[in-house]
Amino acid sequence: MMTLVASNGRRDSLVFEGVRVLDPGQGIDETLTVAVEEGVIVRMEPAAGGNGKVLAPAFVDPHVHLRTPGREDEEDLESGTRAAAAGGYCAVLAMPNTDPVVDSAAVLRALVERARETAAVPVGFLAAITKGQQGAELSEMVELAESGAAGFTDDGRPVVAPGLLRRALQYGAAAGRPIAVHCEEPTLSRGAHVHEGVVSAELGFGGYPSVAESVMVGRDLALARYEARPLHLLHLSARESVDELRRARAAGVAATGEVTPHHLCLTEDAVRSLDPNLKMNPPLRSEDDRSALVEALRDGTIAAVATDHAPHARHEKEVPFEEAPFGVTGLETAFAALYTQLVEPGVLPLATLLERMSAGPAAIYGLEPPRIEVGAPANLVLLDLEATWHVDEGSFRSKSANSWLLGEKLRGRVLQTVAAGKLVHSA
Amino acid sequence: MADVRPLLRSELLPPRTPVRRHLLSIADLEREDVERLLALARTFARSLERDVKKLPTLRGRTVVNLFFESSTRTSSSFELAAKRLSADVMSIKSSGSAVEKGESLKDTLLTIGAYDPDVVVIRHAHIGAPHLAARYTPAHVVNAGDGKHQHPTQALLDLYTIDEELGGVEGLHVAIVGDVLHSRVARSNIQALVLMGARVTLVGPPPLIPRRIEAMGCEISHDIRDVKAADVVYVLRMQRERMLEGANYVPSLREYTARWGVTPERLRPGQRVMHPGPMNRGVEIDPAVADADGSLVERQVRSGLVVRMAVLYDLLTQGPVEVKVAEIEEVA
Repeated sequence: MMTLVASNGRRDSLVFEGVRVLDPGQGIDETLTVAVEEGVIVRMEPAAGGNGKVLAPAFVDPHVHLRTPGREDEEDLESGTRAAAAGGYCAVLAMPNTDPVVDSAAVLRALVERARETAAVPVGFLAAITKGQQGAELSEMVELAESGAAGFTDDGRPVVAPGLLRRALQYGAAAGRPIAVHCEEPTLSRGAHVHEGVVSAELGFGGYPSVAESVMVGRDLALARYEARPLHLLHLSARESVDELRRARAAGVAATGEVTPHHLCLTEDAVRSLDPNLKMNPPLRSEDDRSALVEALRDGTIAAVATDHAPHARHEKEVPFEEAPFGVTGLETAFAALYTQLVEPGVLPLATLLERMSAGPAAIYGLEPPRIEVGAPANLVLLDLEATWHVDEGSFRSKSANSWLLGEKLRGRVLQTVAAGKLVHSA
Repeated sequence: MADVRPLLRSELLPPRTPVRRHLLSIADLEREDVERLLALARTFARSLERDVKKLPTLRGRTVVNLFFESSTRTSSSFELAAKRLSADVMSIKSSGSAVEKGESLKDTLLTIGAYDPDVVVIRHAHIGAPHLAARYTPAHVVNAGDGKHQHPTQALLDLYTIDEELGGVEGLHVAIVGDVLHSRVARSNIQALVLMGARVTLVGPPPLIPRRIEAMGCEISHDIRDVKAADVVYVLRMQRERMLEGANYVPSLREYTARWGVTPERLRPGQRVMHPGPMNRGVEIDPAVADADGSLVERQVRSGLVVRMAVLYDLLTQGPVEVKVAEIEEVA
């Protein structure tokens, strides 16, 4: 995991006795005792009975906003990675839309330095495709890659000019890191706050049509295909986008996609509450879109769950819906939300969810997939699938509490997280 | 595949305890609520025929008007309605207030709340402002217009006007003409008219008729000739101030007026015409139509006073009615 930055090298020794070990990648689903010594899995033995807890490869979040540098009041590397640890993550990838933007080796190196001191779990940093994410000039991608960039994206904004994205795909080959795109055609989403549909018509919101996403998905995939370069599509929300991705993959394009827990669990109907914690970009869409996303996650068209964890200061969300910034938090609730909403009702197998939250996202960025195997570094999450808990403001390690799940009761709890051999969370 | 039961978001509504009644959206009202309010308005209309127009009903109550967006008729009629009922009224406009110094809506509401108002009437350019107000003041909140979302008292006064003029709303056909996209008046009126059993047709250029709005129970036409069949033609203002620059909703006002302007030739003689004001004479409405006998525009303004008296009175004297929320669909 060369692009991940970890803090000190402490390695823990611990034993998980009689747990249900579930590693979809290794084809393991049995009750075992797993021993970790100095951060490495050293022993896996059959156990009788078992305590019903599930031990799985820890999660990888390919899309978080750690707000550093610039908005450390909302999140910093320490609080964000503690939130990740509490959510069962052993690695997160941070987006570069900070202030200043991560578009130069100097900014990136300072971040890497700070992560070495404060990150609770390993962090990878994506750098901007274009300087200042202005969509005009390419950032110095090779130097950024050499300085530790895990990939490139202008997330939060699309790369509007097709010629520029083409150049990024071409030149990015020299940098050897994946390129990820936020698909939004800005003249189609202008002035929009929610999905264009029944709810926007009734409430009077400027509508953000599905086609604003899917035309960019189609265009970006066409460029990736033409340049024969891999491309990762961030936070997909619309059925048409999923259809485009499925077609491109069938045609041999090395394209991948991710989807957020909120797009998998909620629809535009939730916006009727006018709660600013239901405002995000891309917006919550129709039930038809939601079911297409669930289906794509199940069949592997979409390989990864990404929280798009986007902390916002309380006062910025305590405003009328229309004035509120886009974005919700998600690191600490992702597994429980999806377990409650998709696994328990029988829509998605548990093993599929675990894979899409761990090996799936790791593969997109060329990271070593967390696995449960003798000799492997310990990246483990211990889950209690029976536990129910309430999401309330006081429960977050994140500095921000703009969760779409405030007040909800969820099933499934992260008990312990081991990241890079270190016990980083214990409930 | 099995469907999933979406999450219920009950905790995000305005607080339930103590239960207070608000008028945030027509969507929160039942037919019987509307009938009760219209009956009350009729009572107040009779009281205004007397020499002494002031009623002691709300003496000692405080009504705060918070107007963050310009308004002539709505703010003046709320103020006069409160005064006619002997309430103490305080009117605050965003210009000249701490809002200009960057005070947040929440802080303004907390400040106002320190005076223990009974009712806060709020107009704001952004959707959801009255809902925020309902969270942060202990008062009853009346939405006097939030962005493009709702303007419930306008819809009630329009129902009252139609009811008075045509002897009922049920079964009538109302054509709403023009810039529906930017119109909170249109959205409130569609809901109110459909609730009371009227048939509603929206008429206008396609970019100004929101996609999927037929889900509100109305019909859609892009042909101005269709207004002739209606009992009432409700003309909307072209809201140039809400239009995004360069959005090209219509190529030009000249072309809009030529195709969708409401002119005497496009109406039946004596056909009833309404407009929420302020009018752009010569744009969406021909001056000859605005001043014709069939024009109910002035009646609408008169109705505004008694309907707002009814709303204030009802909020402060009737028992609690919970704010109704959108039922999030449960799929088995």
